[in-house]
Amino acid sequence: MKKSQRLRWQAAAIMTSALLGVAACSSGSSSSSSSASGGSSSSAALTASAPGVTTTTITIGSHQPLTGPAAPGYSEIAPAANAYFQYVNANGGVYGRKIVYKYLDDGYDPTKTASIVRQLVLQDNVYAIFNGLGTPTHLAAVSFLNSEKVPDVFVASGCDCWNAPSTYPETFGWQLDYISEGKILGQYIKQKFAGKKIGFFYQNDEFGQDGVKGLLDELPASMVVAKQSYVPTNVNVGPAVAALRAAGAQVVVSFSIPAFTALLKLTSLKLGFSPTLVVSNVGSDPITLSGLLEAFAKQGGATVNGNQLTTGIITDAYLPALSASDSWYVLFKKVHDQYEPKAPLDGNFFYGMSVAYSFVQAMFKAGRNPTRADLVNAIQGGLPQGPMVAPFAFSSSNHLGVTGAYIGIIQNGVVTQQGSVLTTDSTATGPISTYTGSEEQAPASGVPAASS
Amino acid sequence: MATTLPRRLGVAIVVAVIVAFLSIRLNAFRDFQIAEIAVEVTAVAGLTVLTGLSGQISLGNGAFMAIGAYATALLLLHLNWPFYVVLVIAAAITAAAGAIVGIAAARLHGPYLAGATLLLGVALPSLALAYPGIFGSDQGLNVVFSAPSFLGVNFPLTRWQAWVSSAAALIVLVLLANLDRSRIGRNWRAVRDNEVAAALDGINVAAARVRAFVVSAACAGLAGALLALVTGLVAPGGFTLTLSIALLTAAVIGGLGSLPGALWGSLVIVLVPTYVTDVATSHGLSSTVAANIPIAAYGVVLILVMLLFPNGIQGGLLRLISAFLGPDQKSRNRRNAPTPHVTPSADQAPASQHEKEGTS
Amino acid sequence: MVEFLQFTLSGIVFGMIYAAIALSLVLIWRGTRLLNFAQGGMAMLTTYVAIEVIYKTNSYWAGFLIALAAGLVLGAVSEVAVVRPTVGKPELNSVIVTIGLLILIEGLAGIFFGGQYRSFPAGFSIKGIRVSGTPIGVSRFDVFTALAVLAVTLILAVTFRYTSAGLRMRAAAFNATVARLSGIRVARVLTVGWALAGLLGALAGVLVSPSTFLYPNSMDAIFVLGFTAAVIGGLDSPVGAVVGGLLLGVALSYVGGYLNSDLTSLVALGILVAVLMIRPNGLFATARMRRV
Repeated sequence: MKKSQRLRWQAAAIMTSALLGVAACSSGSSSSSSSASGGSSSSAALTASAPGVTTTTITIGSHQPLTGPAAPGYSEIAPAANAYFQYVNANGGVYGRKIVYKYLDDGYDPTKTASIVRQLVLQDNVYAIFNGLGTPTHLAAVSFLNSEKVPDVFVASGCDCWNAPSTYPETFGWQLDYISEGKILGQYIKQKFAGKKIGFFYQNDEFGQDGVKGLLDELPASMVVAKQSYVPTNVNVGPAVAALRAAGAQVVVSFSIPAFTALLKLTSLKLGFSPTLVVSNVGSDPITLSGLLEAFAKQGGATVNGNQLTTGIITDAYLPALSASDSWYVLFKKVHDQYEPKAPLDGNFFYGMSVAYSFVQAMFKAGRNPTRADLVNAIQGGLPQGPMVAPFAFSSSNHLGVTGAYIGIIQNGVVTQQGSVLTTDSTATGPISTYTGSEEQAPASGVPAASS
Repeated sequence: MATTLPRRLGVAIVVAVIVAFLSIRLNAFRDFQIAEIAVEVTAVAGLTVLTGLSGQISLGNGAFMAIGAYATALLLLHLNWPFYVVLVIAAAITAAAGAIVGIAAARLHGPYLAGATLLLGVALPSLALAYPGIFGSDQGLNVVFSAPSFLGVNFPLTRWQAWVSSAAALIVLVLLANLDRSRIGRNWRAVRDNEVAAALDGINVAAARVRAFVVSAACAGLAGALLALVTGLVAPGGFTLTLSIALLTAAVIGGLGSLPGALWGSLVIVLVPTYVTDVATSHGLSSTVAANIPIAAYGVVLILVMLLFPNGIQGGLLRLISAFLGPDQKSRNRRNAPTPHVTPSADQAPASQHEKEGTS
Repeated sequence: MVEFLQFTLSGIVFGMIYAAIALSLVLIWRGTRLLNFAQGGMAMLTTYVAIEVIYKTNSYWAGFLIALAAGLVLGAVSEVAVVRPTVGKPELNSVIVTIGLLILIEGLAGIFFGGQYRSFPAGFSIKGIRVSGTPIGVSRFDVFTALAVLAVTLILAVTFRYTSAGLRMRAAAFNATVARLSGIRVARVLTVGWALAGLLGALAGVLVSPSTFLYPNSMDAIFVLGFTAAVIGGLDSPVGAVVGGLLLGVALSYVGGYLNSDLTSLVALGILVAVLMIRPNGLFATARMRRV
């Protein structure tokens, strides 16, 4: 054959041998330690009771947007959770095992999520997937996780689609779902702003759409004079806000991420528009908002002041306010200062540590030598509230997380609670009730008790 | 050419056997990566034909993948036909879209074509948000795909996905190789190199260009359909501009206009980022910093490969091997060194003949 | 009616940002016949430089000017180090190189500056301007934005047309060989072109970052629209860049106000396709196709 053709064959042969060599070397690595636990004994030896569990470690995985346009804000959550895990590890771990938290970047791209979740489960043999972030991204992982029977706990998304115990038995939510949130906010508006004109400003995806759905479950449609949506890729919200102003909205309900809450506020200022702002807890963290608005407060000859811009914003919250009088804040501040001192101690950070706390509670409940099923059963059997202000809904028929929140108003950079905690569900007609139970205090040691 | 088709099929069969062997020997995650690579190869091969052979740059092939993926999801959801039928139909639908785009783009060259295809890649997925009832908004549509029962209950789904994707990729590669050597391929190269001369030669330039778009779109549509089967979810977040750019960089890194180049480029974009992340995390860097390193590294790889191997990996490989074996009379580089025109071609701007001699 | 005015004015302001990016692309295209995909990324990087300076010196204008200077430097360095070696090689290589540069810059920004939002100050008041009591939809800073881009554009136009330096640049772009024979240092001229483009990008970055907040990917969407504006206007035409930018900014503003913000990229695509159907080389194309 011609010399040039021979070149191509040789190139192909070389690459093929290289591939086969790689295959031969790496194929031996697919071990998975899954000896059955055979009934947990009392305070006896620790065993490798499940994939990802050794006698000294528990390895869990997650998919997070660490890079890309969705990274700002959300990329703080996993390091915060990891900080709490390190604190627990330094204080005895979970029955002596250290938690190893392997979170990988999916850039908020569902295709990438599918890949890294398979990597975590099939190659890294994690025990469970924890706090997978994002609705479209996690939807790319959920079927796989459930068919592989990997616990998929505390998804970082307020979609009510995680509540499907028959199709997704391994999957559990954690945060307040967006529909319930919309209902709680809607009822508050109906009561406090009867007769006023309401405008909606919402992100045009499942988060915003579900929020609007919840709002409309409670608010009579006649009150709503305008609905304007935005997409995160287009920062010119001027037209949307101008439209809200033109419709005469006196109250604007915003299901927005913090950047767009800030833009809403700044643009309203520009348009001389001062409605009462009601913002979803996703976009209302006072510290994050102040950070975004900080440059406008700092500039010489400032005409706007950061705190002034956030004061008066009405929101809801299912975690305690970040104030020094709260036992959870004290605990989390201690962990923050020790393990992640450079990160801002804001709403996202608090969220990350709180969900990590719930996970540690669940692991303690799962037993000394937990199988994967043990973790799922532990959660389904009901989990203590931990830092949450309302109970979890977890049961064998309900996999959604916290059931309620309180209404708060931001004053001087802190969310100040108004009234009691309200609980509801994600159905259109489910009632909103007042929660009469109490909140839990943080344990003195900072680590949940190893009990039932 | 009748004599080379059997040889090509032979190569394809050998590769298929190798892939099947690998998919059984390697673990389930590697099988998934084989499927991913096969998907990329399918899309990149189509793009390398469009840009390398017919000289039309496209920054929007991700949009064609989206069309194929959504078509697959909708067909399976509403009609539940067998997957191989659905794959073909999805490719056909995307080919039709490619024809429309090709006709619209027939008069566009260089940066204008780049700009139009770029915006296509950005804008098309937002249709899913504009019509959420059909397309499922940002949550997308689910795709259920399982291994056929005759393989047994315990046959791993990932291996089946690897087989299906690899088979499709190999079929596409054989077909494209045939096209490459055929009159259609020769017409493409003629149009790429000098449109005026090609037209004088009796070649229908517009038809050749549209044909290239159709072929490229069909490949991308098939790749999108396979992606839907492999990942199980079709959502707009999976078809951003990043995807289109990844396809183009894979095509150029591998070697523009060469089909083996499509494989090398796909290997790079699928395997390098994971490898670099693992290295970074094992060195104790925080996961957030470690997540940015593969991004910076990929940028460096792109720059270095372009500076050191202007004809991509395939060109570099051929040069290396011929350096080993001594000088070759008939240089293969004639076929593998395309000059797709990002600048306006000679007949357009009378005086802007840009000669870039040396760097003073 | 007031809303129409508000939409129009805010559209003009954003349009000027797109025009600045478009202008930088036109500068590079006219000078070197290359597309610089890294323009947005370079603008993001110089804006980070600005914010570090602003926080250290507490002076907005120091940051502003240093960002522009950094833009000059970054543009020049990119041309010499990364782009010039691709001259003479297949054309697409320089596109891939600039894409590589973009990806590298975004990765480095993530590593060194972190991925969180940074609040970027505005040089003037952001409170709305009122005309007889009615807010017209723009602030003093917005007016500054539009005027700054306009000023730089005019300065560049005057420089190109009336100074010998500008003449040299136009000659080098028109016919490099003849220019070289006339004694023009073509390579230096190309570097200057990239440097000026870097300056324009840096300007766009500091002007738009108060609205986008600063993070590694903050200029991505702006770049796409700036590129679109350049294509709409014609890559050979600075006037086209400004017209394209304004057209796009205002049109998308109307879409966001009267229709739905989902549709903005689809409408942009529609406008682009419509323009290119009629004039395949953009609205102000100087090159004419000769059909044989």
